[in-house]
Amino acid sequence: MKDENLFNALIELADDHSILCHRLGEWCGHAPILEEDLALTNMALDLIGTARNLYTYAAEIEGRGRSEDDLAYLRNERQFRNLLMVERPNGDFAHTMLRQLFFAAFMEPYWQAALESRDETLRGIAGKAVKEMGYHIRHAGEWVIRLGDGTEESAQRMQAAMEALHIYVDELFHSSPAAEAAALAGLLPERGALRTAWLENITPILAEARLELPEAPNPQIGGRAGLHGEDLGHILCEMQYLQRSHPGATW
Amino acid sequence: MYSQGLIGADGRTEESEAFLEAFQKRIDAEEKIEPKDAMPEGYRRTLIRQIGQHAHSEIVGMLPEGNWITRAPSLKRKAALLAKVQDEGGHGLYLYAAAETLGVSREQMTEELHSGKAKYSSIFNYPTLSWADIGAIGWLVDGAAIMNQIPLCRCSFGPYARAMIRICKEESFHQRQGYEIMLTLCRGTPEQKEMAQDALNRFWWPALMMFGPHDKDSAHSEQSMKWKIKRFSNDQLRQKFIDATVPQAEYLGLTVPDPDLRWDPELNDGKGGYRHGEIDWDEFWRVVKGDGVMNRDRIAARRKAWEEGAWVREAALAHAAKREGRRAAAE
Amino acid sequence: MKEETPLWEVFIRPRNGLAHRHVGSVHAADAVLALDAARDVYTRRGEGNSIWVVPSAAITASDPAHADETFDPTADKIYRHPTFYDIPEDVGHM
Repeated sequence: MKDENLFNALIELADDHSILCHRLGEWCGHAPILEEDLALTNMALDLIGTARNLYTYAAEIEGRGRSEDDLAYLRNERQFRNLLMVERPNGDFAHTMLRQLFFAAFMEPYWQAALESRDETLRGIAGKAVKEMGYHIRHAGEWVIRLGDGTEESAQRMQAAMEALHIYVDELFHSSPAAEAAALAGLLPERGALRTAWLENITPILAEARLELPEAPNPQIGGRAGLHGEDLGHILCEMQYLQRSHPGATW
Repeated sequence: MYSQGLIGADGRTEESEAFLEAFQKRIDAEEKIEPKDAMPEGYRRTLIRQIGQHAHSEIVGMLPEGNWITRAPSLKRKAALLAKVQDEGGHGLYLYAAAETLGVSREQMTEELHSGKAKYSSIFNYPTLSWADIGAIGWLVDGAAIMNQIPLCRCSFGPYARAMIRICKEESFHQRQGYEIMLTLCRGTPEQKEMAQDALNRFWWPALMMFGPHDKDSAHSEQSMKWKIKRFSNDQLRQKFIDATVPQAEYLGLTVPDPDLRWDPELNDGKGGYRHGEIDWDEFWRVVKGDGVMNRDRIAARRKAWEEGAWVREAALAHAAKREGRRAAAE
Repeated sequence: MKEETPLWEVFIRPRNGLAHRHVGSVHAADAVLALDAARDVYTRRGEGNSIWVVPSAAITASDPAHADETFDPTADKIYRHPTFYDIPEDVGHM
């Protein structure tokens, strides 16, 4: 393999995007207003586009002839490296939008920084993704504001979402050894350095939404080591079932 | 994706002969009718009903295909399916908007769908049981829909025709997407091909039913044709669909599940066409009237989304009001 | 019945140099959400680079019942059109 660290770091990112896309896809046809069915699907399509780019590039780096689908569909729970946040069940619309905001508020500065990568392919992926994440921040942010400062019920639901999700924020800023090495090599951004940028994205939105980000003295961390919650296994059961039950088939 | 003779249209109208005649003249001259134009009440009612049924079909139609988004077998298929189901949502949205120009609100139409008063295409009351069903729906259901939707682009009512132009343009990838899935399955393993055949077996007849009852049993078709809301009869469109689709099935190496299907050189004014076996209209009416496998689940899913989303819609309105209040106070 | 989410008319400019053109409508509680919705619904295939949204209720339309008196009087004012005037061909293009 050309660069095992880069391969592993790319898989982490690809899994984040693929799993979050999967979650947003669950909304399709069930959103609170028809306009949001389209908005959520647009975001899901952005994410799957990036996931495909990342898996494809990872497969190329690996150089063993695996395809994007081999990587997405033929690894098991312990081999998946996504953040715990993205595998969380959708919950209500408040949960989904807050999770989207948290994720995009991180990925936007991440891709921004990746525009400076030494790797041309990664600069290309980042150039497309940074704009998409900018839009996700805006759209999810608008909803977080409206729900946080809407009715009494919506404010309560938004607060509940905050309590449920804030413990997964810290993991955004953690780097696996592979990601660390890729950062040192100037290929991918240093995740820990993006905390300020993330806060700058989030703070004005939370202020307008009348929400506070609680302290998380015991954050949930483990996805990068393949230590997930129980939900991921069920996602993969659904996602991988056809590939697993027809080994080697083409779809 | 919709194609069904309007279910239960009511073209009765009470205007004077002179008014109706003048209106018919405009229609005959291929003039488009726009929302605020004077129009017979029966024309307005028929349109609201038909556009509403069409819109509901798009929205309910998201469910059987949405059922496979999380199980799509490759990233490419997943992206295409997401985009396709999203299109159906968009098309429902355009159509609701076209109906809204006639003075009915989306909320009213939604309530009629949820109460069971409004109908939608019966095809969506069949379940999607395998991945091949996603192929079959794209190929057959969107294929049937396009037969109906292309003439609707010339419908006499402007907003409906404009929505249909946009829809037809966007839907052009849907049937190809479905056929490509079928083709891949038919070239795949024996299990995959069997899956494809099974999907064709289950969707063939319901797809033929999508065109609605035979012309001789279609009570309100004639008035709709006269008003140019509809341009071809149910049987004409069904025949066109069969003639186009049978060779496509042959190319796939699949068998159309109709033992009576045969080529008749006399059909279509001597150009030839396929004669088909008898359609089970009892099944059609049973499903239209609510007793298909999925009718109850479809409506329950729509109702759940609507009811569980109420707090979101209310919050957005409440926030807009607050913001407006703050702005007014600051002035 | 519960309050309904308002309707907005959507106008898209396909590219610079062209005018915004009416493409359809969306439902949204406010202008910002209406813009997002218009983007998500009507620009999925690169249809434009600028969007306007206008509350449908804010549009005042002419009455088709008065169309004759509104639009017909213009029909005989042919002196407003260049072909009304006779200029000898020798003068050249004008």
